[in-house]
Amino acid sequence: MDTHTLSDQTQSSLDGARMTGAEMVITALREQGVDTMFGYPGGAVLPIYDALYSEPSIQHILVRHEQGAGHAAEGYARSTGKCGVALATSGPGATNMVTPITDAMMDSIPMVVITGQVPTHLIGTDAFQECDTVGITRCCAKHNYLVTDVDDLARTLHEAFLIATSGRPGPVVIDIPKDVQFATGTYVGKAGVYKPTYQPKTEPSEHAIRDALDMMATARRPVLYTGGGVINSGTEASKLLRELQAATGFPVTSTLMGLGAFPASHEDWLGMVGMHGAYEANNAMHDCDLMICVGARFDDRVTGKISAFSPGSRKVHIDIDPSSINKIIRVDVPIIADSKAALKALLEGWKARRLPKPDLSDWKEQIEKWRAVDCFAYPENDGAIRPQYAVERLYELTKDRDTYISTEVGQHQMWAAQHYHFEEPNRWMTSGGLGTMGYGLPAAVGIQAAHRDSLVIDIAGEASVQMVMQEVSTAVQHKLPIKVFILNNEWMGMVRQWQELLHGERYSHSYSESLPDFVKLAEAYGAHGIRCDDPAELDAKIMEMIDHDGPVIFDCMVEKAENCLPMIPSGAPHNEMILGKISGDEIDEAGRKMV
Amino acid sequence: MSKEPIPASAYDMDHAEEVEERRTLAVLVDNEPGVLGRVVGLFSARGYNIESLTVAEVDRGKHRSRITIVTTGTAHMLEQIEAQLLRLVPVAAVIDITKSKRGIERELALVKVAGQGDPRVEALRIAEIFRARVIDTTNESFIFEITGASEKIDQFCELMEPLGLVEVSRTGVLSIRRGKDAG
Repeated sequence: MDTHTLSDQTQSSLDGARMTGAEMVITALREQGVDTMFGYPGGAVLPIYDALYSEPSIQHILVRHEQGAGHAAEGYARSTGKCGVALATSGPGATNMVTPITDAMMDSIPMVVITGQVPTHLIGTDAFQECDTVGITRCCAKHNYLVTDVDDLARTLHEAFLIATSGRPGPVVIDIPKDVQFATGTYVGKAGVYKPTYQPKTEPSEHAIRDALDMMATARRPVLYTGGGVINSGTEASKLLRELQAATGFPVTSTLMGLGAFPASHEDWLGMVGMHGAYEANNAMHDCDLMICVGARFDDRVTGKISAFSPGSRKVHIDIDPSSINKIIRVDVPIIADSKAALKALLEGWKARRLPKPDLSDWKEQIEKWRAVDCFAYPENDGAIRPQYAVERLYELTKDRDTYISTEVGQHQMWAAQHYHFEEPNRWMTSGGLGTMGYGLPAAVGIQAAHRDSLVIDIAGEASVQMVMQEVSTAVQHKLPIKVFILNNEWMGMVRQWQELLHGERYSHSYSESLPDFVKLAEAYGAHGIRCDDPAELDAKIMEMIDHDGPVIFDCMVEKAENCLPMIPSGAPHNEMILGKISGDEIDEAGRKMV
Repeated sequence: MSKEPIPASAYDMDHAEEVEERRTLAVLVDNEPGVLGRVVGLFSARGYNIESLTVAEVDRGKHRSRITIVTTGTAHMLEQIEAQLLRLVPVAAVIDITKSKRGIERELALVKVAGQGDPRVEALRIAEIFRARVIDTTNESFIFEITGASEKIDQFCELMEPLGLVEVSRTGVLSIRRGKDAG
């Protein structure tokens, strides 16, 4: 290696170079193309932070709590299609990271989490800030490592990126004891890093594609049910989905995680499927004769009552994870593949067969009848701002801009999914599987760090956002002009709604007294605060938020007792949605026991 | 294209009508730290049963270990167990020994029996029938080593019970498939 001149010091020429473990971390991150990471220092990661100190090519965003670093890395990953990277110290740093790791696991977000660990000779002694990080994260990460030999470190880092970003993406944790960070060893480049036991299948089998095409050719009531897998597969997958839809004319619905893969403005867009999805989408799912599931996993929020789920349909399931096949719903044609590869094969097969665009006019006529129900309609503002109206106005005033949306979890999340519409993938970041209150604000930090000039809005609830409120400080420090748009109804709205539905309006501990003055709080952080409680002023104030060149907390005071509808009550099938008003007797005894 | 019946789900599952089967799975894994924890953790996290478990490195050069798990579950559950095991990064292969029909299963047990007089003679006589070997003896006790199918060991222990059975240590099931090929 010493024959190289300085000008030859490309990343690959570092292969075989001697350096410390901490330097290997930074070198490997650079080689993996990491330009941004999120973290919080502490005793067990000081050597890595020291190596980072003199590294200009990696932007480090200093969060206020490690959970924030994890969610920010998720937001970064989901909005860029790249791998998110988070760095935390041992013990509490690692345990604080458990929620975002689990969140990324549930939503299949590629993320590499690096944690410091106490020196190897202290492991197992209950040392200061020691915890069994690999033990704790074993069941919530896609894979994890404890690196005890510096000569294994570089390979492990590259392997972690390979595993996080390939197959079904997910979080990978690398726990590095402090002495390993200090030790000197030999760096290896990413080329040739290979894990024999890890070989995800990405190309569909020919016969599965053939079977699917046979069904598609004869379907009279088809529906494409797409999910986060299409987004994860890259923008090419969304493009192919659109082309396949154009060739077939099949109507399209999507899970919460898949919004944006298909344009919401398209006439064959049915809206979101599931518990708070569109009436037309849920009825189409129920009544279809062919369901083509692309990169979704028949989550319980989507299926409703399993025994009554789409009883008359044949089902094709495209998924990169074989364990998703037949896990919840038996399917007729499993296609184990990357969404992009499967969509490409279906599109090419459809064209090769010279199949005409089928006549789906009866089916579409039926869909129009469902659509005419106008399930997302809501009453006029009656003094107070309706939360749906607030999201709708936010959409109208930001849709023509370069906008990214994140959310927290609860009613506001569902209103955002219903009333904010997406034309492109990677524009919508939300915690779907784990349902993590407190996801949206740090995710917005991560998105904004990746897209400095874009408009990044966290549609939030006043309860969720307080779980991570401190990250406003991160946004201010790093000049990340995120907009936190709080639909403030003073209630944990979804909890309150379920208490109304299931517990006879006994609102046990779901009302937040002593809420902070969010405007003053914004000012205390050095951000800008705006409050609005008048529908007539809403547009002007939203414009003020957009035009403000810095982080904004927008306290949008909304109608307090608004319910999030329509809704499939738990235990009910898709075609029994609650549309207008909750009466309190929609859910039967079995349904009450569900979540 | 025959349609399968729609299954019960995470919520709605009613296992009452589904028949539980017993299966022996051989799981070939990279012998890296924590790999057993991953496999066992998967079973507990997803509510699967482990009836017996054995593990040892079987190929030092390749760092390959073989974990043999005896589990029970419905057909749907067993299908999931296999798929979920294969999701684990260090898992190279899962072989369903029971389903393959060519599987051989063996277990080894060490059985301590204490007693004097007639019961002691009887214990020795039964041990001979079962081809158990005496590997330790005192004036008042034997330790037998017995190998065979799990049922044979169960039966042996049952017969030893009235004769002064003190303690049993079992390896759990080991398995391999017949024929010339690996895996």
